[in-house]
Amino acid sequence: MNKSLSLRPSRLLIYLILIGFAAFYLTPIYVLLITSLKSFAEVSLDRMWDLPATFSLESFAQAYQALAPNFANSFKLTIPATIISAMLGSMNGYVLAKWRFPGSEILFPVILFGMFIPYQSILIPLVQTLQKMHLYGSLGGLVLVHVVYGIPITTLIFRNYYATVPTEIVEAAKIDGASFFAIYRWIMFPISLPGFVVVLIWQFTSIWNEFLFAVVVTNRPDTQPITVALNNLAGSYIVEWNVQMAGALLAALPTLVIYILLGRYFISGLLAGSLK
Amino acid sequence: MGKTSRDRIIAVAMLTPSVLAIALFVYGFIAWTGYVSLSKWDGLRPNLAFAGFYNFQRLFKHVRFQADIRNTLVFTILFLAACLIIGFLLAILLDQKIKGENIFRSIYLFPMAVSFVVTGVVWRWLLAPSAGMNLLFQRIGLDMLTSKWYTDPTVLHIQPESSMGLILGQFGLGFLASPHFGIPVALISLVIAATWQMSGFVMALYLAGLRGIPAELKEAARVDGANEFQVTRHIIVPMLRPITLSAVIILGHISLKIFDLVVSMTQSGPGFATDVPALFMFETTFRGDHFAQGAAIAIIMLLSVSVLIVPYLRYSIREEAEV
Repeated sequence: MNKSLSLRPSRLLIYLILIGFAAFYLTPIYVLLITSLKSFAEVSLDRMWDLPATFSLESFAQAYQALAPNFANSFKLTIPATIISAMLGSMNGYVLAKWRFPGSEILFPVILFGMFIPYQSILIPLVQTLQKMHLYGSLGGLVLVHVVYGIPITTLIFRNYYATVPTEIVEAAKIDGASFFAIYRWIMFPISLPGFVVVLIWQFTSIWNEFLFAVVVTNRPDTQPITVALNNLAGSYIVEWNVQMAGALLAALPTLVIYILLGRYFISGLLAGSLK
Repeated sequence: MGKTSRDRIIAVAMLTPSVLAIALFVYGFIAWTGYVSLSKWDGLRPNLAFAGFYNFQRLFKHVRFQADIRNTLVFTILFLAACLIIGFLLAILLDQKIKGENIFRSIYLFPMAVSFVVTGVVWRWLLAPSAGMNLLFQRIGLDMLTSKWYTDPTVLHIQPESSMGLILGQFGLGFLASPHFGIPVALISLVIAATWQMSGFVMALYLAGLRGIPAELKEAARVDGANEFQVTRHIIVPMLRPITLSAVIILGHISLKIFDLVVSMTQSGPGFATDVPALFMFETTFRGDHFAQGAAIAIIMLLSVSVLIVPYLRYSIREEAEV
């Protein structure tokens, strides 16, 4: 009785701290939203923290007009790259988890190293290679880049996922005469759907948000994904800041929607990437 | 029997394309960058004549690169400290059977779903001297919090004539009392934005770790008369040590190669106050066409990240083998 009474002020303090931090994390979103939803007439520095008096999509429409082709490019890039790298990762994870061979234990960290390197250390040969393949500057080239450098993380997540499947099941299937592909098709693939969701969300978010490869590989405005276009838009002195904010919101929208709807899987991907 | 060995060959064959891709695109390309860094390639036309370590020697004498090393160290320390403290605090508080825990957690973590470019664009506006936070502070009467943020050219450092500077001088460490070993004020803006983006991730790591500590352990300590602070200090913190290590490695390697945020938020800053090696490498290579020089920066970045990652990979893999 006494204890619960004495705890109360400290509970209040805990909630105050938690709410204070929530305000910190939400401030940029608040500014993004209210600025994007103001009419041009209402945009002024002294009222930048005020809620809009009337809702208007003017800024958003102008940002969309400027960024629509790049928004579409980002989808054209992200969707195929995500699907291909998930399929590759699934197959690699299956082999590394259930078909160990001499040297496979060494191979795994050798593959994983690829996800930690600063990509600056491969950019020069990458550009030369893409030029030789006639893929430099194209979205196709960028898809290839994301598929290749997505191999480590997708392999890691799937391998750890498949490692939790009891090896006895696989051994029993082998004794029953099931082939490599039959085991994948009828045992591993069906139970790995949650793993696929994690990987698809993770890759979609990473590739959508990526900037370095995009700015190096796509040199023409018509092939640039939205992160590059947004950076150009925000760097331009003639674009009003309400339009910049609307552009930032547009660029953040797809991954934010996924986060709101499927946050649980996003967090799994996040934690998987930290190896443990 | 024959069938299993055929399946074994299929398994290896399925893995082969990925292994070859990694061998070429990671290891082959790194080797090629290393070769370029030792060459005379300056300008669009490749010139692979051997230059020895000339590019590296030049780099370490370069004012911009010296600023980059200082900035990277300062940024890494401040960013790691901020993320670890905030992440740990939020995780501990969220672990106190909080009403609405899910909502708080989702709010703290959502910046992770957003691109660094979006973060940079928004925080550039929020920390613009004539707008954003400064206006908010003025409005609520907190004028003393207003700042020049990322436009501030000041580098905080020990003054050579100060008593601290004189003491250092006595020990032959007078060189430390210079802007080369100072803290550029403008960098703090970058730290705020990066912490906004990544601290929730540390919170999630710690929270997962906290949930893994058996309740009986904490209960036993309480029965033995330990208060909440002692339980945290002597049971929770030591048990979370592997997670702290993971967080340091992950955040550390992100900080060593940070690029998107700097490009979209501050660029080089006044007197290279917010410049970083990744930005220097990008501009040197792809804007200036100084390929050998750019490759040298890239190799130094790779070495600095490897110092962190290679032992970590070995440690993680060994850990796993023991399980």
